[in-house]
Amino acid sequence: MSIKHHLTEDLLMGYAAGTLPEAFSLVVASHVSMCDDCRAALASYEALGGAVLEDRGVEMTGDGLAACLARLDEEPAVTGPVAPSSPGILPAPLRDYVGGDVDAIRWRAVGGGVKQAILTTSDKASARLLFIPAGAAVPDHGHRGIELTMVLTGAFSDETDRFARGDVEVADEDLEHMPVADIGEDCICLAATDAPLRFRSFLPRLVQPFLKI
Amino acid sequence: MAADRQTETPPWVSEMLRIRDDRDREAFARLYGHFAPRVKGFLMKSGAEAQQAEDCAQDVMVTVWKKAHLFDPTRASVATWVFTIARNRRIDLLRRDRRPEPEDLGWGPEPEVAQDDSVALQQETEHLAKALASLPDRQRELIEKCYFGDLSHREIADVTGLPLGTIKSRIRLALDKLRHAMG
Repeated sequence: MSIKHHLTEDLLMGYAAGTLPEAFSLVVASHVSMCDDCRAALASYEALGGAVLEDRGVEMTGDGLAACLARLDEEPAVTGPVAPSSPGILPAPLRDYVGGDVDAIRWRAVGGGVKQAILTTSDKASARLLFIPAGAAVPDHGHRGIELTMVLTGAFSDETDRFARGDVEVADEDLEHMPVADIGEDCICLAATDAPLRFRSFLPRLVQPFLKI
Repeated sequence: MAADRQTETPPWVSEMLRIRDDRDREAFARLYGHFAPRVKGFLMKSGAEAQQAEDCAQDVMVTVWKKAHLFDPTRASVATWVFTIARNRRIDLLRRDRRPEPEDLGWGPEPEVAQDDSVALQQETEHLAKALASLPDRQRELIEKCYFGDLSHREIADVTGLPLGTIKSRIRLALDKLRHAMG
């Protein structure tokens, strides 16, 4: 698999620092699950976090060490890292939210053959899966905030480029676009945004509250 | 003593391995002496009260003990590893968001190269810390804000009064300098 469109420096650093909203973290974790380059870059941003942590400390006041030592025998309730998943379409972090692979997604039709499934995240940003039938388009829209779109199957193209499995498009206020799925295959994407999309034509704006996007 | 240890093995790795493999409480006490104050400082700069930061620093150190079996010196320095635990604790504390994690690739380190990899990685990390320390103050502070504060670049812009574009370009400049230093 050759991924062409990667995560930005801002996103990798924000994820390493732990400051992204959950919906954006889900896109980062999903992309990193599929992309060795971004995984390596993430490790270096985490190393930078380690260097920042090392810099200087604030003295502990109480006898915290004794308190800690007393707690070491507590039950070791820890979870391991996310295990490599069995082959499938969705990367492991996304399967956690869906409750399975693509066949477990509970789609809702939103018109024009387009379907979506909203994922439950904290409300600072929202995440949803989008199903765009082969050759179909998502209505022309701009963004008030940042919209991340990661392709899971198929591919789409818009005014900027073509995006295939693993690719992430980062769209901001300046981009008005109309993503169109490739003609040969249905396209499933993970999309996250920190503001409601604004559609240009009249009808989508009317239905926007019902779509919850 | 500490200096001797550092010339042979990278800092804190031997303590961490003794915690991992032998459940060594003395090694834990030494690790605590170094990292607990740093985690406390990190959490305070992230907006926690002193007492809350101290309690959480203790939680983080207990987690270090409990998760010791997951520490892999070929993948992260001890400081980096403690940082990721402190960061996750802060997310629980301040935001209560879930944090989705990437799936593990299950890179098994090959035993014969693991030691070299570990030393190289730890040296690189020390090098990075020095490069960070030698950045101009304003650039270093911006980088630190990105990690300490629960602040987006936009919020940093509000706090520092700098325009967003300036902040982004300063951060980029600082990261470029770090990359250059790591050559």
